[in-house]
Amino acid sequence: MKAPLSWLKDYIDLDGVGIEELANLLTNVGLEVESVQLVGVEKPEGKLKNKYFGLSWDKEKFVVAEVVEVNQHPNADRLTLCELNDGTGITTVLTGAPNLFPYLGKGRLEKPLKVAYAREGSTLYDGHQPGQVMTKLKKTTIRGIDSRSMICSEKELGISEEHEGIIELDADAPVGMPLVNYMGDVVYEVAILPNMARDASILGIARELSAVTGRPLCLPEGVAMEKGGAIAEKVGLEVRDAELNPRFMLGMVEGTHARKSPYWVQRRLSLAGMRPIDALVDATNYTMLEIGQPLHAFDYDLLRERSGGKPTIITRTAYAGEKITLLDGSEPQLDPQIELVTDTVGPLSIAGVMGGGETGVHAGTRSPLVESANWNFINLRKTLSKTHINSEAAYRFSRDVHPALAETALGLCLKRVREWGGGEVVQGVLDEYGKPYEDTVNRISAQDIADVLGQEISLEESTQILERLGFTCLIEGSEMVAKSPATRTDIETGIIGQRNLVEEISRVYGYERIAPKRLSDELPPQIGNPGLEAEERIRDIMVSIGLQDTLAYRQTSPEREARLFIGRKAPEALAYVRLKNPITPERTAMRRSAMATMLELLEYNAKFRPGLALFELGPVFLPVADEVLPHEALRLSIGLTGAWDVASWDRPQSKAMDFFDLKGVVEGLLDGLHLEGVKFQATGHPSFHPGKCAEVRVGEEVLGVMGELHPQVKKNYAFGQDAVLVAEFDGEALVRLSNAVFTNKAISSYPAMVEDIALIVDESVPAEDLEALIWQAGGKLLVDVKLFDVYRDARLGDGKKSLAYQLTYQAFDRTLNDKDALNIRNRIVKQTKNTFGAVLRSQQEIR
Amino acid sequence: MLEIEGKLQAELARGIEALQTVAKVESLEAWKQEFLGKSSLVMQTYGSMGKLAKEERPVIGKAVNQVKVGLEAALAEKEEGIKTASQQETFTKETLDVTLPGRTPRRGRIHPLHLTLRQIYQIFGDMGFQIYRSPEVETDDYNFTFLNIPPYHPARDMWDTFYTEKEGVVLRTHTSPGQVRVMRERVPENIRVILPGTTMRYEQLTARSEIEFIQVELLVVGKGITFADMRGTLNDFARRTFGENARTRLRPSFFPFTEPSAEMDVQCFVCGGEGCGVCKGTGWLEILGCGMVHPTVLRYGGYDPAVYSGFAAGMGIDRSTLMRYHIDDIRHFRNNDIRFLEQF
Ligand SMILES: [Zn+2]
Repeated sequence: MKAPLSWLKDYIDLDGVGIEELANLLTNVGLEVESVQLVGVEKPEGKLKNKYFGLSWDKEKFVVAEVVEVNQHPNADRLTLCELNDGTGITTVLTGAPNLFPYLGKGRLEKPLKVAYAREGSTLYDGHQPGQVMTKLKKTTIRGIDSRSMICSEKELGISEEHEGIIELDADAPVGMPLVNYMGDVVYEVAILPNMARDASILGIARELSAVTGRPLCLPEGVAMEKGGAIAEKVGLEVRDAELNPRFMLGMVEGTHARKSPYWVQRRLSLAGMRPIDALVDATNYTMLEIGQPLHAFDYDLLRERSGGKPTIITRTAYAGEKITLLDGSEPQLDPQIELVTDTVGPLSIAGVMGGGETGVHAGTRSPLVESANWNFINLRKTLSKTHINSEAAYRFSRDVHPALAETALGLCLKRVREWGGGEVVQGVLDEYGKPYEDTVNRISAQDIADVLGQEISLEESTQILERLGFTCLIEGSEMVAKSPATRTDIETGIIGQRNLVEEISRVYGYERIAPKRLSDELPPQIGNPGLEAEERIRDIMVSIGLQDTLAYRQTSPEREARLFIGRKAPEALAYVRLKNPITPERTAMRRSAMATMLELLEYNAKFRPGLALFELGPVFLPVADEVLPHEALRLSIGLTGAWDVASWDRPQSKAMDFFDLKGVVEGLLDGLHLEGVKFQATGHPSFHPGKCAEVRVGEEVLGVMGELHPQVKKNYAFGQDAVLVAEFDGEALVRLSNAVFTNKAISSYPAMVEDIALIVDESVPAEDLEALIWQAGGKLLVDVKLFDVYRDARLGDGKKSLAYQLTYQAFDRTLNDKDALNIRNRIVKQTKNTFGAVLRSQQEIR
Repeated sequence: MLEIEGKLQAELARGIEALQTVAKVESLEAWKQEFLGKSSLVMQTYGSMGKLAKEERPVIGKAVNQVKVGLEAALAEKEEGIKTASQQETFTKETLDVTLPGRTPRRGRIHPLHLTLRQIYQIFGDMGFQIYRSPEVETDDYNFTFLNIPPYHPARDMWDTFYTEKEGVVLRTHTSPGQVRVMRERVPENIRVILPGTTMRYEQLTARSEIEFIQVELLVVGKGITFADMRGTLNDFARRTFGENARTRLRPSFFPFTEPSAEMDVQCFVCGGEGCGVCKGTGWLEILGCGMVHPTVLRYGGYDPAVYSGFAAGMGIDRSTLMRYHIDDIRHFRNNDIRFLEQF
């Protein structure tokens, strides 16, 4: 909402309040000032907290002047030479403004034309360039005639974008007066919060200023109105459903003639962001901006013609198949939810939203019929959600307008139509007020206020604040009884009503005056969040291993995730949480696969670094049958590709990572989480290389799957030669099975014995099983088993492999001797022979 | 003194002097031959001991021993000196250019938004707040209705919502649904929690606006909780985050789930309030919205608003992280460009 200062001053005396101070007052009361536009006036001095823009008009150079004669330029058809009096004498000014053509050749003008005049050397906006480009007036010669100064358009002065014609000031403008003194202004653009829609009006803003400054508010007065009377002879009114249309009023003026409104009206409308049209339309718009009640003006004669006699205005919902063409040319689909203003012939407008093109006022209107109505805002919002129409009226009605404003607005509007458009107000008004609004009444004590704020505010001070906001207050003992003003519908009753009042009191009182305190209530039970702690531990472990933490977008598309499969074909129709209004075709659903995200991250980054090691911990979204919400399953994904080491200036890049680099990372993680009983088992997975894929389990529970990306899946991404290694884990299982507390192993102070043995077994014997047996056979003196070589050779025999281990023996109570070692080794050799047919290789062959 | 004693003394002096000029290990051999070899005076003297008079023997024996020990000590010192000098030469040849770059180990880093979250967890944890998380895909009821935003309420315009194909299910537009969830879980206990998490809004993706972002919300419910408590708590938070001299201000604002509602600004930490690009010249940075929990929300949570009160506050951490590190594009956080992430 844009509020010109000159307009605010119609309702409240703001003398002595600085431009910057006023902006801060507005912000502090809840009307955040987004920008301050300077229209001619100078930027205030000092440190400014608000955003300023605009043009200042030099008092010496910009003045009110009068054009006394308009003559043809001798060498150009489209240019005129104006004889202009700027208060110091007559000068000739060259202009091309089309609105001066009518005065051509009229000789000395009977009524001189008041204009905004810029002398040589003035700095103003260039009227012929788009946007606001500063320019300085210098002497030029146009077709043989010198031009030094200018008669200004609104664009040149920074009032609006209008640059076709010059401004025609009102006749009482004093010649020679500095222009800034005559019509300099400041426009505050304020953000209207959804609960302060009543302030989407100049008077609403002035009321807030009155509350916060304590200065009285001066309300405008419209024409006196009485119900019924002559107007009832001319037009009928029927409201079918008062729920949808709580109030509908009609008033009328006869004998208007189309003409422009006074310039001060046009200027205010322009500054407030509305385009001036003519006196009739301007009167409705001006009144809407003034008090926040939208109005609509019909051409009565057109209505009469349509109906073939006395017209009747009927408000009702649309019939199926009914049609309307609106002012903006659109033809929205109508249905029986949409409330209309109609006559006996058909629709005239969509109620509270926009009028039809046929029956509105126009240049030749003699008898404007003014509608001032109130509409159910919820029904109106439903209409807007279907039709997507934006209008100033819809904006206000969709935030609920108090029905009392319909009456105030009609009186004001009729007065303006008469003043600016001429004619006489037809006696009487029609008023269907089928659902009167009862203003709420609340009782509140100083204690109630202190209970919410933690700050004592006297009942007297609270009362004054509410009264300045338009409440009617009465103190009864320790309580104040506050009746809500007949301008707002947002104050409820009961405990909520009280809270509404506390908000009104505190924001005007000033939040800054409420002294901060520290919480002093009892702490709630301290139950912690072990899940989150475990997640953060996972992050720390991954980072300590050397992997980069990432953060995934939740939104993706099934097509993107289908890249996980050969030929981009997901095995079956996967259930997704799909979006009704996706922002792009690439983000139509919530992700199901953390692996898909990881592959995209690797693909995106592969071009920037020769080696990548990333992880991501976050939810995937899995729809669950018969559940409203999906399961948000926590996933940990790991991605590796390229070399682990970074090449340096004297050392080449190491080999690209393979399955066992990934396994090492996974082992590091599981070790860090102190998971017990972890097993890796070869498995198949559509996204992985058939021979390089394992699942990780604890007992029967599968924690995750890992491996090298299937070469045919890899083709779906822009990867190079290097293998791509990915793992995806069930984060919840990791969190659940991780042990923050574990048993630390004691360290023996006796020396350890180390020896190597190699066992020849069939290829089919899994290394993991053999190692488990070694541990078992070794007994408690065996403290470490490390596989250091896997060897295959024809001499070993077909289908055989040799696994070489470094074994460490150690006791806690003595130093072991060769005999101890021999015993342990013999047990291992014997048991592995019995179970797997293992044969011990001679010692010399091993290393 | 016997003549031989004098000779031996002179031999010691001569040997030490001769050693001065020796610089190489090879030259030491010749010196050894001359002074300690078979034909040297010392060794000759030992050899001729048998011929000496009985009473002369101990005197000369002692003298020759002293000289031998002296010469050997000098030799050892010289050998050590030569060795050190030659090593020094080798060391000099091994001199590195210490300005050459080091070998970079692979270093993992925590994502910047997770860093910010951890800082917030720490600060509020110190103040007795626990962490509560709730779903990112939410029902319309929790996301709106229970927060005092019934269908078709004007306040619904405040959020551009992603709707799912399932009726009544949306992507949460804020972490506030967690308010009602935690209340329903903990009623009638006091509540002091923070609600962190990803939220989603239908907005244009630009350098300044994201469709996904992380919010942290704050909820306190108890008996006698006031606006003054809220100011105090938020001031403490601001001081812990922006430094002990951080100044804050509260402005009236509107959120359907709080009343009264406010917006808290903190004095710009970049320019100290003088006005700069980060604060767009205003000297203040908007950091959070807050207010007293609306009675309707308390009721939906199972708390009687006549007995209980509370406050809530919410902040977007993407924006504050942007400001903290002067990051030029909010999309970096979720694009995960390694060149961006590696800087943390
Ligand atoms: Zn700044």
